[in-house]
Amino acid sequence: MARVDEIRSIVAEYGRLGVDVGQVADEDSLYSAGMTSHASVNVMLALEDHFDVEFPERLLHRSTFESILNLDQALAELLDQ
Amino acid sequence: MADRFAATLRTAREVGVGVLGAHAADVDQSSRFPRESIDALRAAGLLGIVVPTDRGGGSASLTEVAAVCRELGRHCGSSAMVFAMHQIQVACLVRHGAGVDHFEATMRRIAERGSLFASATTEATTGGDIGRSTCAVVPDGHGGFSLTKDASVISYGADVDDVLVTARAHPDAPPTDQVIVHTTRPTLELRPTESTWDAFGMRGTQSVGFQLHATGSMSQVIPEPYADVLARTMVPWAHLTWGSLWLGIAEDAVDRSRRYVRQLARKSPGVTPPSARKLAEVYAELLAVRAIIDKTLELYESTKADPVSARSFTTSLAMNSVKVYVSTRTRAIAESCLQLCGLGAYRNDSEISLTRHVRDLFSAPMMIHNDRLIDWGATTLCAMKDL
Ligand SMILES: Cc1cc2nc3c(=O)[nH]c(=O)nc-3n(C[C@H](O)[C@H](O)[C@H](O)COP(=O)(O)OP(=O)(O)OC[C@H]3O[C@@H](n4cnc5c(N)ncnc54)[C@H](O)[C@@H]3O)c2cc1C
Repeated sequence: MARVDEIRSIVAEYGRLGVDVGQVADEDSLYSAGMTSHASVNVMLALEDHFDVEFPERLLHRSTFESILNLDQALAELLDQ
Repeated sequence: MADRFAATLRTAREVGVGVLGAHAADVDQSSRFPRESIDALRAAGLLGIVVPTDRGGGSASLTEVAAVCRELGRHCGSSAMVFAMHQIQVACLVRHGAGVDHFEATMRRIAERGSLFASATTEATTGGDIGRSTCAVVPDGHGGFSLTKDASVISYGADVDDVLVTARAHPDAPPTDQVIVHTTRPTLELRPTESTWDAFGMRGTQSVGFQLHATGSMSQVIPEPYADVLARTMVPWAHLTWGSLWLGIAEDAVDRSRRYVRQLARKSPGVTPPSARKLAEVYAELLAVRAIIDKTLELYESTKADPVSARSFTTSLAMNSVKVYVSTRTRAIAESCLQLCGLGAYRNDSEISLTRHVRDLFSAPMMIHNDRLIDWGATTLCAMKDL
């Protein structure tokens, strides 16, 4: 599975979106799609477990979780190290 | 700056002693809006202190407003709460509406007339969850909107000029995609859905339900995303102004206890009354509450200009933790004072009565329920890498 698809399925499971994740484009705002900041923390925890990475403090802000694209970029950086 | 603030605090003390304190017992007993207090605060220019000086106000910082809330809390908890809730709304408008003609004009009006602002976040369908709305801003297609909200609590709604309302951004938005809308008379209608407010404490706040209906121009919607306004202004201002007025209530309880203990000590010099030992313990708790409020105010003032650190986990966790801590500790302090003063404090009609203090402070843990904040803090702590 491509990384964005793995991210998508985690967002679907923990993001508590108000809409189906299939309706959300990679660059769309997950917050506008209904994700709360509380849910974004759970998405992060699930991503950490799935990809075996740690989101450092400097990435723990709203824009990291804004879209699937941003999450993918953050993970690309973390997995690169 | 320092002189201006010292003068503001002196005014607050004068109005507090002369007006708030004089009517506090009656406001509580009759469960009525503290009209004299709010009129006096308006007449003294205190309702407009948060508006920037170049728009006619006093450019008061959160630290300064918190100090005023603490002073007012010593004299009448309900009046102090009305004052705090008003200033939280004004701060949101000033910090996130500046530059927009509608909000610029509104700021000048607040400074000039002391218009009173209330808040409508709580909704019948979502309860105390301020992160979700059911009602929505409905655009009319010509630059205007209409909005109807079943607002289950709007404190002093019957006596306000303006209300900031949370709502979904548009009729198709999910419950979490929210905005803040400024609604104002005469295109704001508030129909009470309950006729009386007969509560345990904070009886002067008149926190009843209303069916809110408003129309206006889309320029009345605060342009920044709600989540930003919430994290950067609404939460820190709410938690620290409330916390400070709760501290003021607790301080007055400790002060009444000190008077009681001193009377006992004067009757038997050389023998320290047992209740004086309890007072010493309570005093240490009071110092702890003061310290956490001061520290968190410093954190706010040092991070407020930077959106990233103002929204970091560490800052958000501090803003929520201070509310949970202060709301529970001030209540405990007032209860300890009640016990140490005994029957005199237990009576409603004595000089050292503490019943109002204790009852008012029981509302603190449930104004934005502590359980919700602790739940959020618990998840956040699991995500943090470093304290
Ligand atoms: C004096 C006063 C004045 C107020 N003025 C206003 C006002 O002007 N405008 C306004 O909009 N609102 C106002 N409110 C409402 C206030 O902001 C809260 O919304 C309200 O007090 C919450 O009430 P609640 O406990 O019934 O609701 P909820 O917060 O919905 O909680 C209900 C119950 O669920 C439990 N609970 C909820 N979430 C969780 C969780 N995550 N984990 C565990 N338990 C949970 C709580 O323990 C609680 O017992 C006022 C409240 C008071 C007391």
